Amino acid sequence: MAVVPSLMDSLFQRSIDDVIKGLRLCPPGTESIFISKSLDEIRREIKSTDPQTKATALHKLTYLHSLHSAEMSWAAFHSVELSSSAAHSYKRVAFLSASLSFNPSTTQVILLLTHQLRKDLSSANPHDVSLALSTLSAICNPDLARDLTPDVFALLASGKPFVRKKAIAAVLRVFEQYPDAVRVCFKRVVENLESDDMGILSAVVGLFCELTEKEPRSYLPLAPEFYKILVDCRNNWVLIKVIKIFAKLAPLEPRLGKRVVEPICDHMARTGAKSLAFECVRMIVTSLSEYDSAVKLAVAKLREFLLEDDPNLKYLGLQGLTIVSKTNMWAVLENKELVVKALSDVDVNIKVEALRLVMCMVSEDNVMEISRILISQALKSDPEFCNEILGHVLLTCSRNFYEVVFDFDWYVSFLGEMARIPHCRKGNEIENQLVDIGMRVKDARVQLVHIARELVIDPALLGNSFIHGVLGAAAWVSGEYIELSRNPFEIMEALLQPRTSLLTPSVRAVYIQSAFKVLTFCLSLYLKLSVDTVASQLLSDTELDNGNGNVVVASSSMHRFTKESFVNLMNLVETNLGPLAGSNEVEVQERASNVLGLIKLIKLIVFGSEGDNVKGEVEASEMVKLIFDAFSEDLGPVSVNAQERVPIPDGLVLKENLGDLDDICGGDTEFSLPSSFSIVKLQKMDAAGTSDCTSKEESETLTESTSLLAEHRKRHGLYYLSSENAGTVSNDYPPAIDPKDKDADEAEDLARLTEESLVIKKKPNQARIRPVVVKLDDGEGFNVSAKKREVEGGDLISGAVQEVLLGNEATATSSSSRKRESSKKSRERNKQQHGHGKERKSQSTGKDKEHDGQGQREKPKRKSRQRGDGGALPAQSSVIPDFLL
Amino acid sequence: MGIRFVLMVNKQGQTRLAQYYEYLNVEERRALEGEIVRKCLTRTQQQCSFVEHRNYKVVYRRYASLFFLVGVDNEENELAILEFIHLLVETMDRHFGNVCELDIMFHLEKAHFMLEEMVMNGCIIETSKTNILSQIQLMERAS
Repeated sequence: MAVVPSLMDSLFQRSIDDVIKGLRLCPPGTESIFISKSLDEIRREIKSTDPQTKATALHKLTYLHSLHSAEMSWAAFHSVELSSSAAHSYKRVAFLSASLSFNPSTTQVILLLTHQLRKDLSSANPHDVSLALSTLSAICNPDLARDLTPDVFALLASGKPFVRKKAIAAVLRVFEQYPDAVRVCFKRVVENLESDDMGILSAVVGLFCELTEKEPRSYLPLAPEFYKILVDCRNNWVLIKVIKIFAKLAPLEPRLGKRVVEPICDHMARTGAKSLAFECVRMIVTSLSEYDSAVKLAVAKLREFLLEDDPNLKYLGLQGLTIVSKTNMWAVLENKELVVKALSDVDVNIKVEALRLVMCMVSEDNVMEISRILISQALKSDPEFCNEILGHVLLTCSRNFYEVVFDFDWYVSFLGEMARIPHCRKGNEIENQLVDIGMRVKDARVQLVHIARELVIDPALLGNSFIHGVLGAAAWVSGEYIELSRNPFEIMEALLQPRTSLLTPSVRAVYIQSAFKVLTFCLSLYLKLSVDTVASQLLSDTELDNGNGNVVVASSSMHRFTKESFVNLMNLVETNLGPLAGSNEVEVQERASNVLGLIKLIKLIVFGSEGDNVKGEVEASEMVKLIFDAFSEDLGPVSVNAQERVPIPDGLVLKENLGDLDDICGGDTEFSLPSSFSIVKLQKMDAAGTSDCTSKEESETLTESTSLLAEHRKRHGLYYLSSENAGTVSNDYPPAIDPKDKDADEAEDLARLTEESLVIKKKPNQARIRPVVVKLDDGEGFNVSAKKREVEGGDLISGAVQEVLLGNEATATSSSSRKRESSKKSRERNKQQHGHGKERKSQSTGKDKEHDGQGQREKPKRKSRQRGDGGALPAQSSVIPDFLL
Repeated sequence: MGIRFVLMVNKQGQTRLAQYYEYLNVEERRALEGEIVRKCLTRTQQQCSFVEHRNYKVVYRRYASLFFLVGVDNEENELAILEFIHLLVETMDRHFGNVCELDIMFHLEKAHFMLEEMVMNGCIIETSKTNILSQIQLMERAS
């Protein structure tokens, strides 16, 4: 490292061209060796005292950094060193390397550049000045911005347009890093809005375009200047930027929209430049959507774009339509055939845009037709786009609790169909929706069970790992709603088929759990356990189901098991699940053991016990009844906020006292769970269906467990939630389903009735009414309200801008006091800073004074104009310039 | 910031010029360039020149063996950026005389200065070829 470059090194130094040629001649794969060799040379050469050698080394390093990702943070100081060179060419190399490699927030040596930059900013050589400005805008940090503000301020009025435009472009970065600079420079920036030089105008309009992006309201007072440019300027680049500014300002001030709509339509009609035309279209559809005639013109223009062969215009045309669709749906419908045609474009980006638009058009009247078209398109498409389509269809159909789905029988069949598409990778979403619909839409369950059966019994599907989730959902549906199935035996066989070994363990566990439910159900049929329950439940289904359900109910309750067939079933389960009791997967193993345990119990009942163990038999049948009851309970959707609603009791300290747990665990050995503990039940919404027999059973076990619980509570009261009526603890669990649901249901019923009447008027052939979709009315899914965070820098800038433009007393927005506070703070900082920066102060005082004078001269003028507006206007309108009135 | 970066990449995906208007470290740059090159270079002539990538758009155009890729904010006007790319190519063409990949490789710093004349801080500041080139010539004479 300490090797000082010798004369030889300097004499035979490789030039940048040598390095590039060397790299080109490298056989593939050996570039990195060449690069590291070059870097070693550079490390040596860069220490040279000869500026030529140093500059060449730095030049090579910059090249390798920029194009070959070589690290060069170690050379930062050498850039600084070389930047003070008198020769412009060396300086250029130094500043280029700085702007390409310095990290404004971490490179320490940037501060060492301050002096050099200041010197160059006030240099007589305009190229030095321009170089310094470019560098400043690339590496600007708050310190640099603060120290160089006066110099940039001076350049904003430079006589050389080529310097002035760069100063304007650089000042944006200075504002961002040091918002107080706005107070010094803003007036001069505004003056440049009246420049004739296109470069300057382009820079200053670009600057305002960036500023309005962050906080448009502050720039409303400048609307007259922008308007003048909009009307007078003939440069498309400038016009595009100015239109962007108006797109941000117009929504804030209706009168502004009225004023600019005409010139913008003129530009759109007159211009030959597609870029400007498109900007006008975009402006109209985003910010002037209430001006119908303008929107019509814009949509006509979009249609022109769509009809062109140029894929770029087609893409933008579709994008434009997507924006219009939010306010003027007719525009999309008018161009429907073009949009659908674009679905089969060669370009996937265009296809995706078209797809988004098609999804905008979906309503409950056309959802079936559109979905059919899209699925046939998906079957023809490449895997990527196919899944894009599936994702969009799933998202749109499930939006706002299946808002657009009227016929759930169709929709669940459709879900099944989607799962079978070979490229389908949307298994997770389909899975979620199948389960969700099962829980939310009671009327869809018959069809759902039918679809689930088809999925579960098809052995071919088990080989496709992408739809294992869907199969899991199907298995869950089959088990949960087994009473709606025509043939439970068949379902059981499907759930236990050998190819289920291909499933992932978590899905397999669902299969086994479903088998458990099916077995319980079959047992209840065999024992004719609670025929009443089943029958009454099925009856209520029939009432809603208008015919379709009748068949099912008949077949299902007709299905009586003989002892032989039931024993067969049991043996089937036992032989298939027996080996799984030793599975390595915990879930699988545990659930298989559960089923096997159940079978052991059942055997006691079915075969009776040899001789005297009558008591055991009775207990077993009670157990089975309990389990069956647990499963025949309806599961409902649970709000994501349910957990939050459980109040945290006072004095509950979660993170302390954990040491006590040891005592409790230690002292608790004799305390064991009751042999038959009841599963936590959902609160009954309809108690009538439960037979007396079971409820008695239930209450017995409940009292047993209650007493145990009470005992435990007495001993370890600290760890329980406090409850007012501790005596009836078991009934007081917070219900998973909000009791409000009942109201919601009623409201839904009402809504359904009105809907029904509406629908009949609208569409007399639609005989079926839309099934109820259970919703939880606590803003399900919106538990976190996204808060918009303002960009701090932008906030400070706009605060300062408002001060400059309006004077302190006329600040418009309500939040301005906060802004003023913060700017006051920063002004204090400024003062301190000025205290020890005397040299700079003396340099710029003259100009500052001049500027202040201007400011004071202008302020009263503006104020009088505002007074002319009419003082009676509310605070907000005091920012509106008089030209609008 | 309107323009986030300007890249020139050859057919093989090698970067020939990279100018960023916001700081990215070496790894981030390499990752970004890799992703964009993969995305854009596989597209055909019949496909549109706009690609959405991460949180911005890439507008690109191919000239012979060289791809010009410009990353812009979502608000930016795509067609104007295409015109900008064309202007950049025309300017280089006029300066180098039928510009090719090698010209840019061996005169990288000049290409950077041309770009600097046209774009600063992500804003387009000059759109006249004559103005841009006269500055470059003056600069060459000055040094």
